[in-house]
Amino acid sequence: MSDLTVFLINTTIKSIVVIGAMLGAVAYSTWLERKLVAHLQVRWGPHRVGWHGLLQPIADGLKFIFKEDIIPTEASKFIYILAPTIAFIPALLSISVIPFGSLGFFGSHAVRFQITDLNIGLLFIFAVTSLGVYGVALGGWASNNKYSLMGALRSSAQMISYELSLGLSVVSVLLVAGTLSLEKIVELQSGTWFGFIPKWNIFVLPLFISFFTYFVSAIAETNRVPFDLPEAESELVAGFHTEYSSMKFALFFLAEYANMLTVSALATTLFFGGWHGPAFGPLWLQGLLPLFWFLAKVFAFMFFYIWTRGTLPRFRYDQLMAFGWKFLMPLAIANVILTSFVVAWKG
Amino acid sequence: MESTRFNLESEQVESIAGKSETMVLSMGPQHPSTHGVLRVVLELDGETVVKARPDIGYLHTGMEKLAESKTYAQVLPITDRTDYLAPMSNNLGYIMAVEKLCGLQNEIPPRAQFLRVLIVELNRIASHLVWLGTHALDLGAMTVFLYCFREREQILNFFEMVCGGRLTTSYFRVGGLPNEVPKDFIPRVQKFIQEFPDRVNEYEGLLTKNPIWKGRTKGVAQISAEDAIGIGLSGPSLRASGVDYDIRKREPYCGYEKFDFQVPVRTEGDVYARYLCRVQELRESTRIVQQAIDGMPEGPIRADCPKYVLPDRNKMKTEMETLIHHYKIITEGIHPPVGEVYFAIENPKGELGYYLVSDGGPKPFRFHIRGPSFVNLQALAKMCEGRLVADVVAAIGSIDIVLGEVDR
Repeated sequence: MSDLTVFLINTTIKSIVVIGAMLGAVAYSTWLERKLVAHLQVRWGPHRVGWHGLLQPIADGLKFIFKEDIIPTEASKFIYILAPTIAFIPALLSISVIPFGSLGFFGSHAVRFQITDLNIGLLFIFAVTSLGVYGVALGGWASNNKYSLMGALRSSAQMISYELSLGLSVVSVLLVAGTLSLEKIVELQSGTWFGFIPKWNIFVLPLFISFFTYFVSAIAETNRVPFDLPEAESELVAGFHTEYSSMKFALFFLAEYANMLTVSALATTLFFGGWHGPAFGPLWLQGLLPLFWFLAKVFAFMFFYIWTRGTLPRFRYDQLMAFGWKFLMPLAIANVILTSFVVAWKG
Repeated sequence: MESTRFNLESEQVESIAGKSETMVLSMGPQHPSTHGVLRVVLELDGETVVKARPDIGYLHTGMEKLAESKTYAQVLPITDRTDYLAPMSNNLGYIMAVEKLCGLQNEIPPRAQFLRVLIVELNRIASHLVWLGTHALDLGAMTVFLYCFREREQILNFFEMVCGGRLTTSYFRVGGLPNEVPKDFIPRVQKFIQEFPDRVNEYEGLLTKNPIWKGRTKGVAQISAEDAIGIGLSGPSLRASGVDYDIRKREPYCGYEKFDFQVPVRTEGDVYARYLCRVQELRESTRIVQQAIDGMPEGPIRADCPKYVLPDRNKMKTEMETLIHHYKIITEGIHPPVGEVYFAIENPKGELGYYLVSDGGPKPFRFHIRGPSFVNLQALAKMCEGRLVADVVAAIGSIDIVLGEVDR
């Protein structure tokens, strides 16, 4: 087989596996959220469909498909249909550059647990995820509904504001790592200090602050509690997706969870050593363990997301803006300056 | 009604003609946080509310008129359905108004009074729990809602024990109570009351010192004491503005003068103050229930007043007159003397007054409810104007309205 064929087969299989896994993970993170929040709130959550409600996401998916698909008469039809797609595709795309694990071996073939290692991986993620806001803004506008419009406006303002501090907090990591390739960033975090503290970025002093700013902005980016204003159900009914039903709504819904997963995966990669973790046992186990560590870390972030949702009330629009621009943004800038000094001093 | 609604719209449209930047948003009647079928017509400049007009009547069932065609006993179930979160309080207010009309105020046996206070205070807790839960839910704190409903469920179970109904209780009767409470009622309430302060700590732990919660409620939807009195606010919404007015203290009824409790008053007049007042009332009501249990007297639960109160069934088997009275009350209903009364109690939401006119017949000639939700709702426009959309939701939650009673 020529190299090209191997590459094509390799990439195709990897893409299918990753997208499949991603969609599965998205579906089951809805289950996880419902179940966890339920237990935080002293109730059971889904437990009728399958063992502990494990088939619930599938039932939900089927329900979404069979629901009536309504397009409001006054809506701009083309954009209305396009918007959920615009929201959904970038959410899936960004997972393509995230490394899930180290090299795995299938016979003599070395396989990287990553669809592709772009040398500008991080830039790619930011470019792609910021497209998601178009889906939200257009969807809200095209619905021709006042609640949707307000939700879309809030959402655009919020996502653009927090995109800045999100970007700035990542700059510190780039300064320390000196590369945009996610694979390299993970590799740089291997090893330990004093034999027991892993060399993860989170334990590097200025980067701790950038992790804080990153994660707070990330929660805001993904429109989650306490920053879930765009879909603040108590004020705006359902925000930008008020008019959406059936599979179109499902796409928005899935995009939100896919974004949560992406953001968690990125946090893991940038600050928590990616797939690094203790490796032991036979060769096949050593190949799979990194994947396990990676997923475990992502799960921890998802848990945190859901935990926040069970605990906190929601910000008000002006407070959210004030928090973003007056606190998070200056902090992120100050941190970039601090990191540059540290990097320059260390040589 | 139709024309009023139309005018509301056209008025908005005229005002828009001046400044072309505003948008009219019809919030409700189907909206997750208008607590039922309240419609608020908002004129928005961006996210700022320029004008807010509550539009009510979507749940109007003509309860006051309906009462005129029912006997005094049959009116009781109607009162459940006004403020359906505090059915026991409504029952008490109505029953005490009828008792006043019949001149029975001083005839009520102490045990009946203590049980009434106990049950009504449990109802105050239940009503405040629904308020706290939905208010927190409106502001995004979802967990508090389910915690509150967990405790409310227990209180509804108590109601079920005493009268079989959970939401529409129709429990009290003219002259006392229809039946003695079950044997394990008091011990169960005692157990609940002992645990309850910890539960309140739990709610407060999630909210009171939470910076986001404070940010959402402090200084929001303020109303001064003058405005509050001018509008006619009552209950915790009034007391949060610094007016110490509680009918339980001012004009004690049903033996409230025998209980030792504080009336929480705050001066800020904002959503946070109203929140603190009500949460404190949860604790004070717990104290009242505890005192009612401790001081619960033995004795009859119905007044001995054959003209108005159903007699003891055992007596009916031996006394001819008692049997006749029973027959008369059951077939015709009671005939209060000609006259009119107004009687107000402190409902969980504020001053709940019943106005009754009797023409000497078995049915009220006129029945009117002075509902706290209806009056308190007037404050909404004043609270919201000039603030953000999100504050409208906070304001609606903080005045604690029930649309069943607003529209009646």
